[in-house]
Amino acid sequence: MSKDFLVFDHVTKRFGALTAVDNVSLTINKGEFFSLLGPSGCGKTTLLRMLGGFERPDSGRIYLEGKDITDLPPNERRIHTVFQNYALFPTMTVWDNIAFSLKLAKKPKAEIEEAVDGILEMIQLSDQAWKYPSQLSGGQKQRVAIARALVDRPQVLLLDEPLAALDLKLRQHMLIELDAIHDQVGITFLYVTHDQGEAMSLSDRIAVVNKGKIEQLDGPAKIYEAPATRFVASFIGDTNFFEGEISSIDGDYCLIDVDGFPQIKAFNDKNLAVGQRVSLSVRPEKIRVTLNPPLPEKGASINVFPSKVKDIVYQGVYTKYWATSSNILISALKPHSRFLLDQETITWNDEVFVWWHPDDGYMVEAK
Amino acid sequence: MKENPLRSKRAEAAVTLPSFVWLALFFAVPAFIVLAFTFHGHTANGGVGEWSLSTWRELVDPDYPAIVWNTLRISFEVTLWCIILALPCAYAIARMNKRWRAIVAGSIMLPFWTSFVVRVFAWKTMLHPDGWLQTCYFSWLKVSDWLFDWLPGFMQRFLVWAGFASNAPLDAASSTILDSEAAVVLVSVYSFLPFAIMPIYTAAEKFDFSLLEAARDLGAKGFYAFRKIFVPGIRQGIVSAVLMVFIPAIGSYVIPQMLGGTNCVLIGNKIFMRAMQNRNIPHASALATLMAVSVLVPLGMAMYWKKRQNARTSRRLERETARMIVGRGGEA
Repeated sequence: MSKDFLVFDHVTKRFGALTAVDNVSLTINKGEFFSLLGPSGCGKTTLLRMLGGFERPDSGRIYLEGKDITDLPPNERRIHTVFQNYALFPTMTVWDNIAFSLKLAKKPKAEIEEAVDGILEMIQLSDQAWKYPSQLSGGQKQRVAIARALVDRPQVLLLDEPLAALDLKLRQHMLIELDAIHDQVGITFLYVTHDQGEAMSLSDRIAVVNKGKIEQLDGPAKIYEAPATRFVASFIGDTNFFEGEISSIDGDYCLIDVDGFPQIKAFNDKNLAVGQRVSLSVRPEKIRVTLNPPLPEKGASINVFPSKVKDIVYQGVYTKYWATSSNILISALKPHSRFLLDQETITWNDEVFVWWHPDDGYMVEAK
Repeated sequence: MKENPLRSKRAEAAVTLPSFVWLALFFAVPAFIVLAFTFHGHTANGGVGEWSLSTWRELVDPDYPAIVWNTLRISFEVTLWCIILALPCAYAIARMNKRWRAIVAGSIMLPFWTSFVVRVFAWKTMLHPDGWLQTCYFSWLKVSDWLFDWLPGFMQRFLVWAGFASNAPLDAASSTILDSEAAVVLVSVYSFLPFAIMPIYTAAEKFDFSLLEAARDLGAKGFYAFRKIFVPGIRQGIVSAVLMVFIPAIGSYVIPQMLGGTNCVLIGNKIFMRAMQNRNIPHASALATLMAVSVLVPLGMAMYWKKRQNARTSRRLERETARMIVGRGGEA
């Protein structure tokens, strides 16, 4: 694996008054499954289109294997795109759609036949080869679009929300298939999506994009567990925010004076100083809800707050609780075990204890 | 509630009947009357005479084959130019935003607010030997003549041999556009162009332009994508455009009458002459029938050929599918 395979170097793109991509620098490794994750209109698709050659950055350069490709037209880049609406050629059969790039490259006929038949077998559509795209189902079209983009082995495959048009079941199935295809071909995949589930389950690394800037670039677990910014914490999964000011520091931990709430102890992962205002993010599944207070643990004391249950939603896999403590609403998730037997039953308006370990809180910038 | 099939069929008939009756009464019946006239003689005072084959026997004018051929050739040229011009035009309009589309499509239709004859007459003044178009054209001839003199002898001889140039000295009187075939083709293209743009534009509007991006993405150059993806994608629009231009071009007689002079007489002019000047309705009918047959027979053959080709294609696809399945060890 060579480093610096694909590099965005201080790339900016404006559309009128809107800065779609704002001075982004990014390095993608060879063979990686890399995702750009963000809400719609965040600039992730613009980044993809600049890589495909459909948009030209206003400033900054893009390098692929050390070569500057910023000004190359799309047909001179060995980068192919799987479009959101598939964009299969309706006047050509499946076979001709897939053979399109090979025929353009004037490959010998035998080679084209071998490559197309081979990839058709990989996507398990050999018996649909002579059908037209309009005769295929959504999932089949999706597979043909992927095969068409992969058949001449591009340097990078771009996927622009490829699963957005499929229904939930098919989406989950295609997710597994995409992963398998990536393992099989070993080509660098750049995946654009607004669906955190897709990005998390497929990617080696994820760049969370917001307002044209990269908020955080990390592995899926780091992105979820240790969000770097307030936006990442709130965009990916659910979270509770506590706004406050750091009052004292004790080794790796610190105490936060939360506005209108008792002090909270948290892991000072960003080495902040006393007096700084912060937001503390605590994921609901890290928070326990119990009728009795927890036994004091050794070492770090945990955060325990007496609260009152306001709302309960039973969702099978877990139950979601909303409890208020000092007028702040805290959400918590509780998985079930022996649920109908001796798991304690919590109901509306019960006085409970809400508690979590200081290590489970992550500090992000204040509101 | 279950739909009564008999009732819906009756309703369908009630809706289609008026247009069906209209077409039968004012289109099909007159066409057969024209055909019937050809089997009558004509009377001295311009009426239709007794049943006879004399009209068809009299149709052996040595000029007619050339006129039919010229009409077909010029109609074909006009259609070709219209399609070539309409394709990029319709493409450009379809890619504009909604506001500009309305403005440009509106301006294409704008000339229809003035009379067709007035517009053709306007061309007559523009192409007049003292008109500015003729002046530009003659200046161009003078420049190319001057350039031709600079060429080495063998190239001059080659150009003359290939028909791109002539050795004759430049003469203003014989280099007019007016009263020539060129004027007829030029003004016909001008007149029929909107009829080519509109159906192609309608098809292009529905075309998914992300397909062109996909083609570019897969390595196609811009023009290749236009040719291989856009043009087949709007095939239906092109077919209608060809019909919309070719059919009126064949019947056209105002343009050759006003601009073609004696150098460009088409079948439409002949029919007009026979019907109005010679007052020989059966003869005019026979010419019209001849023209219709000379268009409909090739068209019918083309349709038959296309149908056979489609059948052959679907057979081939079935065969290929069988080959693929056998290739995988017959597991399917």
